[in-house]
Amino acid sequence: MTASETKPRRATRALLTPDLPRFDAGDLDDATRAALAELLLTMADDEFVLGFWDSEWTGIAPMLEEDVAFSSMAQDEIGHARLLYEMLAQLTGTDADAIAFGRQPGEYRHCRLLDHPRTDWAFSVARRWLYDTADAVRLNALRHSTFAPLAEIVGKIRREEAYHLMHMDIWVRRLAGGGEEPRRRFERALARLWPDALTVFAPLASELRLIEAGILSTSMAELADRQVEQLTAILSSVGITIPGPRPSPAGGRDRATVSDSFRWLWTEFTMVHRLEEGATW
Amino acid sequence: MVSVVPLEQAIWAALDDVKDPEIPQISVVDLGVVHRVEVGPGRVRVELLPTFIGCPAVDLMRVAVEERLRDFAPSVEATITFAEPWTSDRITERGRRHLREGGFAPPARGTGDDSPSASLPVFPVVACPYCGSLHTTLENAFGPTLCRAIHHCADCRQPFESFKTV
Repeated sequence: MTASETKPRRATRALLTPDLPRFDAGDLDDATRAALAELLLTMADDEFVLGFWDSEWTGIAPMLEEDVAFSSMAQDEIGHARLLYEMLAQLTGTDADAIAFGRQPGEYRHCRLLDHPRTDWAFSVARRWLYDTADAVRLNALRHSTFAPLAEIVGKIRREEAYHLMHMDIWVRRLAGGGEEPRRRFERALARLWPDALTVFAPLASELRLIEAGILSTSMAELADRQVEQLTAILSSVGITIPGPRPSPAGGRDRATVSDSFRWLWTEFTMVHRLEEGATW
Repeated sequence: MVSVVPLEQAIWAALDDVKDPEIPQISVVDLGVVHRVEVGPGRVRVELLPTFIGCPAVDLMRVAVEERLRDFAPSVEATITFAEPWTSDRITERGRRHLREGGFAPPARGTGDDSPSASLPVFPVVACPYCGSLHTTLENAFGPTLCRAIHHCADCRQPFESFKTV
């Protein structure tokens, strides 16, 4: 028996206990700090919300392998969100749990692509594919970030996301080439999601500051261009035409009105927090 | 007088008692998650690299490391670092052998290329941990934990798991 087996275990930690090494952001001026905070919040909210939507498939995916795969990808996204919330909390002197669970639905800054409910399998595949490919473009623009703590975790996140990209690419090909019904459902899902397809790249209030500081390599508009190019190439390789004219990402994270679907999801994922604030589980 | 080096060696040896809670066949040392051991007057600090960011075992490993080292210094701290990404190439030869003995295929060797697609052999051919056959297929790139994938061996007709290449 080793010593570790004879000693009592420490109490269970909360989902969002700080896991991120302490960093020193003292050399960032206030404007840059605020700009970085906005970027981190949008990224964290995206990962968090998608993680919860896709965990909705746990137990009921159309096949066991996908039950495991979607649950696994959802777990990855929640993990990424956790780190990003912790980074934001350190940067702003706040608390990651409070940011993740303590806001009203209208205060979340995830993109509108992630406002849609899970719907059917083809829809969840189409949405995750649109998101993962966009996220890859965004992560690529952050990998040489001058804000070292962000560049470090982006390096790690990209390695995990490579599996998501591979998996979703297989599914896009499977649905597009899988006969009449899968293809029809996939095309219908794409058409419904298309107006929101570029909302990951909704311009940020102070993205110019981020670019000047070398935190982000280029503008959201430029990243949206790259995404359109990427989507067009993949869809044409499976014989599907882009569902419509290029949608505008503008306002893609505004939440003047909260969709019913997100309000429902928020009610679910904040339930424990609202029942007992500060609870650990 | 006791020099610092033997103490550090003793700490590494002790860390070898701490196993991955999800794959107890392999120690945190052989898994390559120990990034650094720092010994100072009255204190020991260990930095760990998480295998997967969302892996709940990371917290358990950190706690287990602190508990195992408790008697080495008044202040023992295990922290997480992302100073470099953990990759499956960090698993030692002994770790790969222990994985095989536990029925897990070790990960394919990475290419050393940093781009996400190049760093992954997309469909790595891994040898069956039971019969050694390379006549295997990837059933699911996702498995029961974030770091595991599911394969099938056409020769001994066994499903088996591998440690994911990342």
